[in-house]
Amino acid sequence: MVEVVYFAWVRERIGLPRERVETGAATVADLVAELAAREPRYAAAFADLGALRVALDQELAEFDAPLAGVREVAFFPPMTGG
Amino acid sequence: MKISVQEAPFDAGAEIAAFGAGRADIGAVVTFTGLVRDDTGALEALELEHYPGMTERAIAKIAEEAVARWALADCLVIHRHGRLAVGEAIMMVATAARHRVAAFEAAEFLMDYLKSRAPFWKKEHGPGGETGWVAAKDADEAALKRW
Repeated sequence: MVEVVYFAWVRERIGLPRERVETGAATVADLVAELAAREPRYAAAFADLGALRVALDQELAEFDAPLAGVREVAFFPPMTGG
Repeated sequence: MKISVQEAPFDAGAEIAAFGAGRADIGAVVTFTGLVRDDTGALEALELEHYPGMTERAIAKIAEEAVARWALADCLVIHRHGRLAVGEAIMMVATAARHRVAAFEAAEFLMDYLKSRAPFWKKEHGPGGETGWVAAKDADEAALKRW
């Protein structure tokens, strides 16, 4: 079970800020594939991984990173601070 | 080192006055204040979303790196979230060092990293409502390479 968190247009496209997801996904990419297969709104949010960033337990990570032991996965567009 | 992620406005003058006060080893203070700018004539406000928890951690990590690389005497980052009208201050950084080159460079490093590595996202609001999310610029990502 992981907490999946969405920000900015990813949150808007999926329609949720966060959800608990039961998954056996080994990597972030596997989790993305599971989510994208759920419904069109998820497929739309994950259509272009190049336009997305991921953080595992609040640290930036890559899409091939393993999910073992991770409690919180966040998906969001490239950041625009400053 | 002071890091604040806040919705409330800040007083840049008061922050600068208090920053690095009372230390004999500081020869230079560099400050930068970012404002909400209207490029199109149709912007009323920016709405800044952030990732509570990660935002503070990410900024602290960037600030700690700046302090270590330039041996800064002190470092300050204030970044706001929520709805900000055109002309309002979004954020400020300040760096204090023995010499000005270190203070200038560290301030630029902080700004480059805050733009692309601090989890904030900006949505534009015009007179008719939301007009979309501000896209990250390739130039901002490229700016990190110089460090």
